[in-house]
Amino acid sequence: MKKRRASDGAAVNSELLRRPIRNCFWLFLLPTAAAFFIGFVYPFFKGFYLSFCKFTTTSDATFIGIRNYFSAFKDATFLHAFWYTALYALVSLLLINLFAFIIAYFLTQGIRGSNVFRTVFFMPNLIGGIVLGYIWSMIFNGILSQYGTSILMETKYGFWGLIILMCWQQIGYMMIIYIAGLQSIPEDMMEAAKIDGASKWHTLIHVTIPNLMPSITICTFLTLTNGFKLFDQNIALTAGQPFIWAEDGSVIKTTEMLALNIFNTFYGESTGARGVAQAKAVIFFILVAGISIAQLRATKSKEVQQ
Amino acid sequence: MKKSKSLSGERKSKNVLFAVFTVISIIYVLPMFIVLMNSFKANTFVKTATFALPTGEMGVGFDNYIKGMTFGNYPFMKSVLFSVLITIVSTALILICTSMAAWFIARVDSLICRICYYLFVFSMVVPFQMVMFTLAKTADTLHLNTPWTIPIIYLGFGAGLAVFMFTGFIKGIPLEIEEAAAIDGCGPVRTYFKVVFPMLRPTMISVGILEIMWIWNDYLLPYLSLNRTKYMTIPIHIQYLQGSYGSIDLGAIMALITLSIIPVIVFYLTCQKHIIKGVAAGAVKG
Repeated sequence: MKKRRASDGAAVNSELLRRPIRNCFWLFLLPTAAAFFIGFVYPFFKGFYLSFCKFTTTSDATFIGIRNYFSAFKDATFLHAFWYTALYALVSLLLINLFAFIIAYFLTQGIRGSNVFRTVFFMPNLIGGIVLGYIWSMIFNGILSQYGTSILMETKYGFWGLIILMCWQQIGYMMIIYIAGLQSIPEDMMEAAKIDGASKWHTLIHVTIPNLMPSITICTFLTLTNGFKLFDQNIALTAGQPFIWAEDGSVIKTTEMLALNIFNTFYGESTGARGVAQAKAVIFFILVAGISIAQLRATKSKEVQQ
Repeated sequence: MKKSKSLSGERKSKNVLFAVFTVISIIYVLPMFIVLMNSFKANTFVKTATFALPTGEMGVGFDNYIKGMTFGNYPFMKSVLFSVLITIVSTALILICTSMAAWFIARVDSLICRICYYLFVFSMVVPFQMVMFTLAKTADTLHLNTPWTIPIIYLGFGAGLAVFMFTGFIKGIPLEIEEAAAIDGCGPVRTYFKVVFPMLRPTMISVGILEIMWIWNDYLLPYLSLNRTKYMTIPIHIQYLQGSYGSIDLGAIMALITLSIIPVIVFYLTCQKHIIKGVAAGAVKG
C-alpha cells in the first residue's frame, strides 16, 4: 500500500512542470481558494465559534461557553425532530434500497425497452425538492379530501406522504448505481454458477449480492445522509404540521425534521435562540459527518477484502 | 424439445416483466400528468376534483398561465431569468476555476496544496445548516447578494466535490504529454488551456451536470443569500406563492410548476446519457 503511494507521488510530480505552475498560483489556485474561504472556511469556523456565544447577529456575540449545547439537548422540539428524522431515515433507507435493487435486477435481465424504463424512473431526480413537495401535497390532498381530511391533519399522513414522495424521487437514482454495479459483475461468474446447476435464487444470494456489496454500501449511506439532510421536501410538503402543545407550553411541530428545526430556530419569531440554533447545527454537522466517515471506512474495508 | 419449451417459458416471463414495468412507468409519470391537467382547471376544482380531466365548466384554458405570470406582484419570467443566469454563470465559473485549482494541486503537490485538498474534501461532508447563518451574513456584507455576484458563493460552497473529482481524474493523466508541451516552450497557462483542458472533457460533463442539477433546484442558499425583495429564483418564487396557501390560486400555481418542469425535462431528454453517467460517476466517487 505504502509502496504504491510512493510511486504514484513520483508520477504526478515533475520538477519541469512544478516551478512554472507554482509561479502562477494567483491565476490557478487563488480564485477558487478565495471563494472557498468566503463560502466555506470562514462561515464554518465562525459558525463553530458562534455556537458558544449568545447573539442575534454576527457582530453582537458574547461568549457564554457550552450553555447553548445544554439548551439544545433540553429542547423538546429538537429531540422530537431527531427521533422523527432517524425513523424517517431508517424507513426510507430500507424501502428505497429494496425497490431500487429489485428494479435494477429485473432491468438487467435483457427485457425490451429497458432504456426507456430507466429514463422514466430517473426523471423525478431532476425536479427540485420544493416543486416536488407541492406536486405531492396537491395529490395527497386530492385523495384525502374525499375522506374529509388533509395531509396537514395527522402526523402519520405527513410521514408516509414524505416516504412515498422520496421513494418516487430516489428509487431511480439508486437504481442507476445498482445497474452499474450489476453490469460490472464478470459474466463468467454467472456462467459458472449456471453450469454448476445453481438456481436463480441461489445465484442471486451467493453470487450477485456479494459482488454487489460496494454498490449496496454506497446506496445505503447515500440514502441515510440524504434522509438526515432532507429540507426542501419537508418544508414544502407539511412544513412541520400538525402542531401539538407540550406541557411546558412549547409547540412541537410533529413532522419537522432536523434541518427544518435548525432553520426554524434561527429564523423563527424570536431571534434570542440563535446561539442554540448554531449549537444544534454543530451537533447536526457531527452527526452527518460521522455517518459519512463511517461510510468511507466501510467502503475501504470492502476494497481490502477483494 | 425440452429446451424449446424452457425458452418459450423464458420469453413468457420476459413479457410479464415488460407488462409490469410498463404499468409502473405509467404510475411514475402520472404525478406530472396530474400537474399538467390541473394547470388547466379553475382553482376550486383543483381541490375538489384533483383527478378529473379539465373538461366542461372545470376547464379554463390557458387563463392560469396568464394569471400566474404576474402573481404576487413579481413577474414569474423575472425569476426564470435569474434562475437561468445564476445556474449558467455559477456552473461555468465552477468548471473553469476548480479544474484549474485541481491541476495546480495535483501538479505542485506541496504541503499547502495538500492542506487545501483535504479542506476541500472535508467541505463535502458538512451540511449546509452548519454554515448557513454566517454564510448569509458574509454574503450580505460583501455584497454577494445579487444574481450577478452569487456565483462566487456557489463557487466557494460547491468547490469541494468539483476539486475532488477533477484532482482524481488529473492524477490519472500521464505526465509526458504536459512535459512535452513544456519542453516545446509552452508556459503553464498555454499548457493548461491547450493541452490539459481538452483532456478534461468527460469529467467536465459529469461535474457540470451535477452542478446544474444542484444549483437549478437549490432553494435555501439563494433564499438566505439573495436580496429577496429584488431577486427571486424559481424555487423561491413557488415557495413564496404557496406561503399564502388558501388565498392563492392553486390552478395558477400548477401552471407555474408546469412551466418550471418543462425546461428540466427537455434538458434531461437531450442529455440523458451524460446525466445518467455523470450521476453514477459522482455517486461512486462522492
